[in-house]
Amino acid sequence: MIKRIALPLVLFALILAACEASPNPSPSGQATASPGAETPAPTQAPPVAGGRLALVQGRGQLICGVNGNLPGFSFLDDSGEMSGFDADFCRAVAAAVLGDADAVEFRPLNADQRGPALQTGEVDLLVRNTTWTVSRDTSWGLFAPTTFYDGQGIMVRDDSGITSLEDLDTATICVQSGTTTEQNLADQFRARSLTYTPQVFADIDPVYQAYEEGRCDAVTSDRSQLVARRTAFANPSDHILLDVVMSKEPLGPVVPLGDDAWFNVVKWVVFASFEAEERGITSSNVAGLTGSADPVVARLLGAEGELGIALGLANDWVVTMIGAVGNYAEIYDRNLGPTTPFDLDRGPNQQWTDGGLLYAPPYR
Amino acid sequence: MNGPAPDTRQARVPPWRNEHVLRVAAQAVVLLAAALFVGFLVRNLTGAMSERGLSLGFGFLDLTAGFDIAESPIPYRSTDTYGQAFLVGLLNTLSVSAAGIVLATILGVLVGVARLSTNWLVNRVASVYVEIIRNTPLLVQLVILYFAVFLQLPPVADAVELPGAIFLSQRGLFLPAPELTPSFGRWLVFVAVGLGVAVAAGVVAARRASAGRPTRRLGMIGLVTFVAISVGGWLLAFQAPIVIDLPARQRFNFVGGMGLSPEFAALLFGLVLYTAAFIGEVVRGGIQAVRRGQWEAARALGLSERQALRLIVFPQALRVIVPPLTSQYLNLAKNSSLAIAIGYPDLFKIGVTMSNQTGQPVPVILLVMGTYLVISLATSLLMNIYNRRVQVLES
Amino acid sequence: MTSATLQPPRIRIGPVAWLRQNLFSTWYNAILSLLIGALLAWVILQFSGWALGAARWDVITRNMRLFLIGQFPGDQAWRIWLNLAVISGLAGLSGGSAGGAVRTLATSVAAAQLLFAGLIAVSGIGLLGSVAYLANAALVWVGLVAGMRRLVPQRVVTIGWLVSLPASFILVAGVGDTAIPSVSTNLWSGLLLTFLLATVGIVLSFPFGVVLALGRRSALPAVRWLSTAYIELIRGVPLVTILFMADIMLPLFLPGELRIDRVARAMGGITLFSAAYVAENVRGGLQAIPAGQVEAAHALGLNGFLTNRFIVLPQALRAVIPANVGLFISLLKDTTLVTIVGLLELLGIGRSVLAQSESLGAQMEVYVFVAALFFVMSFAMSQASYRLEASLGVGER
Repeated sequence: MIKRIALPLVLFALILAACEASPNPSPSGQATASPGAETPAPTQAPPVAGGRLALVQGRGQLICGVNGNLPGFSFLDDSGEMSGFDADFCRAVAAAVLGDADAVEFRPLNADQRGPALQTGEVDLLVRNTTWTVSRDTSWGLFAPTTFYDGQGIMVRDDSGITSLEDLDTATICVQSGTTTEQNLADQFRARSLTYTPQVFADIDPVYQAYEEGRCDAVTSDRSQLVARRTAFANPSDHILLDVVMSKEPLGPVVPLGDDAWFNVVKWVVFASFEAEERGITSSNVAGLTGSADPVVARLLGAEGELGIALGLANDWVVTMIGAVGNYAEIYDRNLGPTTPFDLDRGPNQQWTDGGLLYAPPYR
Repeated sequence: MNGPAPDTRQARVPPWRNEHVLRVAAQAVVLLAAALFVGFLVRNLTGAMSERGLSLGFGFLDLTAGFDIAESPIPYRSTDTYGQAFLVGLLNTLSVSAAGIVLATILGVLVGVARLSTNWLVNRVASVYVEIIRNTPLLVQLVILYFAVFLQLPPVADAVELPGAIFLSQRGLFLPAPELTPSFGRWLVFVAVGLGVAVAAGVVAARRASAGRPTRRLGMIGLVTFVAISVGGWLLAFQAPIVIDLPARQRFNFVGGMGLSPEFAALLFGLVLYTAAFIGEVVRGGIQAVRRGQWEAARALGLSERQALRLIVFPQALRVIVPPLTSQYLNLAKNSSLAIAIGYPDLFKIGVTMSNQTGQPVPVILLVMGTYLVISLATSLLMNIYNRRVQVLES
Repeated sequence: MTSATLQPPRIRIGPVAWLRQNLFSTWYNAILSLLIGALLAWVILQFSGWALGAARWDVITRNMRLFLIGQFPGDQAWRIWLNLAVISGLAGLSGGSAGGAVRTLATSVAAAQLLFAGLIAVSGIGLLGSVAYLANAALVWVGLVAGMRRLVPQRVVTIGWLVSLPASFILVAGVGDTAIPSVSTNLWSGLLLTFLLATVGIVLSFPFGVVLALGRRSALPAVRWLSTAYIELIRGVPLVTILFMADIMLPLFLPGELRIDRVARAMGGITLFSAAYVAENVRGGLQAIPAGQVEAAHALGLNGFLTNRFIVLPQALRAVIPANVGLFISLLKDTTLVTIVGLLELLGIGRSVLAQSESLGAQMEVYVFVAALFFVMSFAMSQASYRLEASLGVGER
């Protein structure tokens, strides 16, 4: 008997010991594990072979982590295609890197799975309405520029008479686990000395189902998410968002840590969508602008200079990308704008020239 | 290995036909292959981990968790550490498993006996129950219980009120709960004295019994004194030592009493209903394994059917029952990890959240799997000890 | 089969006597019968009242296609029909020639298809599906008749099975840009995915489990320890943790350029998990073989491999068939766990159907439908297992 138990225990201990022995891996161990990383990449030089850019190009497909259950951002539409604001940024990266906006494998992830999925390298890129925080920037991966500035909101039934967070003292609140909203909720209620019971689900659907069935008095998440999910309710008009913004929620793409070249690519894809809007370049006119006399536009579209080559991409990658998915305004309007059921005001998500927060550094 | 005798003969056997050499070589090959495979995995792991800044330390357990947990047997706030959050998950898993094992055993024995009942209706109902439960997935049963049964109960305002201040609503089952007051300690003294008298009476009674004298009245006297002293103590205490705390309806939910959340209730009911069907079959098999002659002999001795079952058949059936029962208990504990689908904060659920929030998925998952392993091994150790006791009865 | 042994005479009793004997033999039996009878009547009334009245079965019928083949491209659905037809024909042939448990399985395959034909007919997603299912059921019947008359040699049927399993997998997965373009595993969902996960899990975990069981009883300590450690480690942890490892953590253990498909990872996880349980079952069978059998084999000059192959395994495996069928039923049910890591098998599709706004509050309908499908599948397997148990005489010793 003792033998039967001792053996697995010893083995388990051995595994742990083997792992414990490796928190400070020797440089040689690192080199053998990822042969591509042995020559440190000089800045501004084309990325070394073996990085994630080469991996994606070799595979011919981008693996992009998305929510998959959030209308407007990433969801399966009627034709079975993944569509939405986040999904289009995945396509933009695929168009820039592979020249084909459809070369994306969408990988639906729930909030609890996304951190590990980035860290293990399961996804090349995560565009899953993910909030930029210090701890995530240092442990999960690097955040590309924010694509959607949001804030945390809270939704209640219209007939409940609740108008402020104070009215929610002792209430039960539905929230998805593994999100910043779960943590902000705890902070906000603690700061106000209010008590509440969180009802936490790992997947997004049960969160809203449980709220709609009456298990919770309120549901909290990013305001855009609340609005988007409300459109799928049986009676959307029975539910209101309280007039509070509980936090800053800058949502943007994330890439795994430790690959500067790949990070640069994703960062500049996002900036290109901003810059194209600012310069008035759209999917319909981009092809005609390649011969533009404006040197900024010419550089952006790769007619002048070698900015694309420096990133490790085709020099005219912006033409391909904008031609496939359009500029920021096109992506926004197509998925969240006035013609959609969500009709989200652009708010801070406007160009800096219009008083918004979108600001692309110069292309030169 | 086989002693020195064959040595001279073996010297002439070429090494590739020498059984000892072959055995050693075969094992070396197997070990080498295993070591190479593990080495391959570990090398990839360490490489990938250093590339992405992952570590294997458990230092994160002392960091602030930052999230709240709906239900916890110990006080827990969002300002507590990940270590405490993990402990909450572990305790939740243990409590639902322990309650589940006790209830599933009771229901399972009933089902097993009902399957052998001579009453046609009881027999049929039990076997239909067993077939339905065993042929559908537990996860489906859990989501039915939670989403289609508990969440469809009336809201708090229209809660079903059962006799005895029991309330059943979407927000759970609320029962009156006994609550100890400060005078409980004083009352306990009276109870102890009463118990002492009763035990003394019992000892005297046992002596008299062994001496062959009548004892019944002494036992009665002991019992009556015990009750009298306890009741007297209750009345003498300035306030009632135990008060009943009744659940009261408030704005959002019931407060007070003892509450079972729908998540806990659905998980517990689901695990109990599922495991009891399997335990029922184990019990039936065990009882049927006892030879018919034992029943007949018991009847010949004039024992009633129930006495025969309790005194003759069941102790023997236990020998057959205990080993498969152990694996049912283990399954129940492991199946409690399905809690994640219905939002109950068990070990796995908290572990998955921690693997995300801490940014250290590898040590967290190792910790979770290691903990399940320890729970499983501890359960099988306990059951093996019990098994040995049951088996000794026979020999 | 006209043997001289006579069946014991049947005692015919009247209904009143039957009632007295079976329901009201003693006073407590009478009370029990009345109580349970009342409870049963109430449950049946409630349930049938709901199922025939209040239930919104249109949620099921509207999404029937999703439940069956999930997001598999509609213009490629013929590949699944072709698969089903081949399996139906083979099942009929095997059932016809083998009889017993296999025939029970074959008839339940036909029954299930008739059921689907009916379900599709009422759901109005095209009578074509109904007709196809009817044709498949007919195919089972044709196979049964052909099998019973021995029109097709047994060997052809065996080869047919061996070829059809990998062939049907390729047919579903597709190859590049050919007449059967490859279908991304992202689109494998619904009952189709449940079937694929269960079939692959059963087919692969059995041989792996046998190897582990032999390893655990090996005379070589290193082999024994490794097998034991594997079996006990796997049996000590829940399947969801293994699936979580396979789904999220696996890339850490593989070189960066190696990527294993998600569905394949789930299949691997299920296989590795249930192999440990198969191994324990088989070990039980191995232990039941008297040592004399092995000694006799050695005396005949058989080596270790041949002894296992011809003497030990055939006896041991036959003894553990019923237990293994039980395990495979568990495996079929356990495929639902992949929904926790985000694969859309039958239960997962049910959950995504419930996320549609028109399905609000139809939880009971969707989940009862899913449960019923699982019930049909595993009940058929367990009935076959009972017949097998009886014909092998396992329970009789």
